[in-house]
Amino acid sequence: MLPALIGLAFLLVPLAGLLAKAPWATLPSQLFSPEVGQALQLSLVCASLATVICLLFGVPLAWLLARGDVPGRGFLRALVTVPLVLPPVVGGVALLLVLGRRGLVGQYLDQWFGVSLPFTTTGVVLAEAFVAMPFLVISVEGALRAADPRFEEAAATLGASRWLTFRRVTLPSVMPGVVAGTVLCWARALGEFGATITFAGNFPGKTTTMPLAVYLALETDPDAAIVLSIVLLLVSVGVLAGLRDRWIGGAT
Amino acid sequence: MTLHAALHVTRETFALDVDLTIEPGEVVALLGPNGAGKTTALRALAGLLVSDSTIRLGESTWDDLPAERRPIGVVFQDYLLFAHMTALDNVAFGLRARGTRKADANAVAARWLDQVGLAEFAGAKPRTLSGGQAQRVALARALATDPELLLLDEPLAALDASTRLRVRSELGRHLRDYPGHTLLVTHDPLDAMVLADRLVILENGRVVQHGTPREVVRQPRTDYVAHLVGLNFYRGTADGTEIHLDEGGALTVAEPVSGPVHVVFPPSAVSLYPEKPVGSPRNTWPATVAGIEQHAHTTRVELDGTPTVLADITTATVAELRLQPGDPLWVSLKATEIHTYPR
Repeated sequence: MLPALIGLAFLLVPLAGLLAKAPWATLPSQLFSPEVGQALQLSLVCASLATVICLLFGVPLAWLLARGDVPGRGFLRALVTVPLVLPPVVGGVALLLVLGRRGLVGQYLDQWFGVSLPFTTTGVVLAEAFVAMPFLVISVEGALRAADPRFEEAAATLGASRWLTFRRVTLPSVMPGVVAGTVLCWARALGEFGATITFAGNFPGKTTTMPLAVYLALETDPDAAIVLSIVLLLVSVGVLAGLRDRWIGGAT
Repeated sequence: MTLHAALHVTRETFALDVDLTIEPGEVVALLGPNGAGKTTALRALAGLLVSDSTIRLGESTWDDLPAERRPIGVVFQDYLLFAHMTALDNVAFGLRARGTRKADANAVAARWLDQVGLAEFAGAKPRTLSGGQAQRVALARALATDPELLLLDEPLAALDASTRLRVRSELGRHLRDYPGHTLLVTHDPLDAMVLADRLVILENGRVVQHGTPREVVRQPRTDYVAHLVGLNFYRGTADGTEIHLDEGGALTVAEPVSGPVHVVFPPSAVSLYPEKPVGSPRNTWPATVAGIEQHAHTTRVELDGTPTVLADITTATVAELRLQPGDPLWVSLKATEIHTYPR
């Protein structure tokens, strides 16, 4: 019992401390300052775009890992989870090495298309997607593997193509997993710091997302950092709670 | 048009080799013990597994068609209704998948639901349906696309005994109305006998016997079939009215026959006595009780002897003889009760 309580306290006390130290008097003015608004907007847009990218590519990847007839599936699955345990800074460095202006792929992007990804808003989205995608893939893959493939056979005997079967039978049956994965992915993207600052830098209005703004503010204006942190905390909790009621908790 | 199928499936430890023909409107039951390959045969017909089978219906061959392009309907053992769709959407699914407009598909689906007596459940989700209702939705879903071949995989196995009786007779009615070819896979002899026009008995991936239910019941050809239909079954060689059984012992029959024969008689034809019965033109031999099993109105006694035999006796007789496993008894059987037919 006691270890459990200590564990709970360890998780909750810092959050409570954040609220306790909040500069309530100046909070409204801080909250609606252009810097906070800008960072919050950038964060929401980038995290959402990154989530869309993760959905577009992560769901098919999850399907391949769960159902595909590919050799070395276990190994592939392990590879996909690497970004999950990789320090995000390392992910940022890796992205720089590949997509940077002199990177393996980046140099051709620059030469042929004049596209440079590092230190841009697109770079933020890519860094967040890189770090967050495994959360979605793992969640969707788990749901797919738990889903009974015989329902897909039943759909086939009714004349449904593989795509129709996926869309109308498989996807709805794994929807809770997809939603849970999406939420995790989005929350991870929203909080992403290491890969973003390494790959996209810290340019207010362009690449300074909320977590970066918190870090920046902590040195110059601790009160602002607390306010930003509270906003991040509320947004995350709010989204999790909202989706939990609708999708994850009860029956759909 | 007759459906011809030559099914060949090879697995590491198992080979299926079955030839089937099904006439339009005919219900063929594929009956066999677990692991005989019944479901494998069904999956090969449906195109759900890779096999080098040939399936021909009139001019068309199905060999290269994937499941979704075969004109089939399948009722799966646990129905596999799509849980997130209503009963109506489930039934309409096949039509929608084949390109029918939504309104038309729904109209056809509604008609089918009505036909299986579930019109008022159109909007119900599968988890709110009872087992019998779910089975009927599954049947409607399979038939809604007007398939050439209807495949039923143990369609009654998931139902409890009382529901089963009613659903079986309803299923029989729908199968009689259905003009296409039907293959029913089951391990339940009663389902097969009641629903099918013809039985194909499968053991270890091979057909061991086929015929009408009447033929199969009267003249089983393997121990499995004899057990299913509840007969004592022996192989023997006849010499006039004397038949020497392969497993030892001999039986006297009423009509003279010759050559290798199968010998059957019902357990109810067997009488048991504590002493050797005298002065009657009967087959008698000593045996010991190996097992006693209570059935609904009779008691089945398994007896070790030459030959071994099953006897159905009344509960009164059980009480009178005070039967215990290991008891020595005399078995007696009238010659006229024994049925023989060539091997």
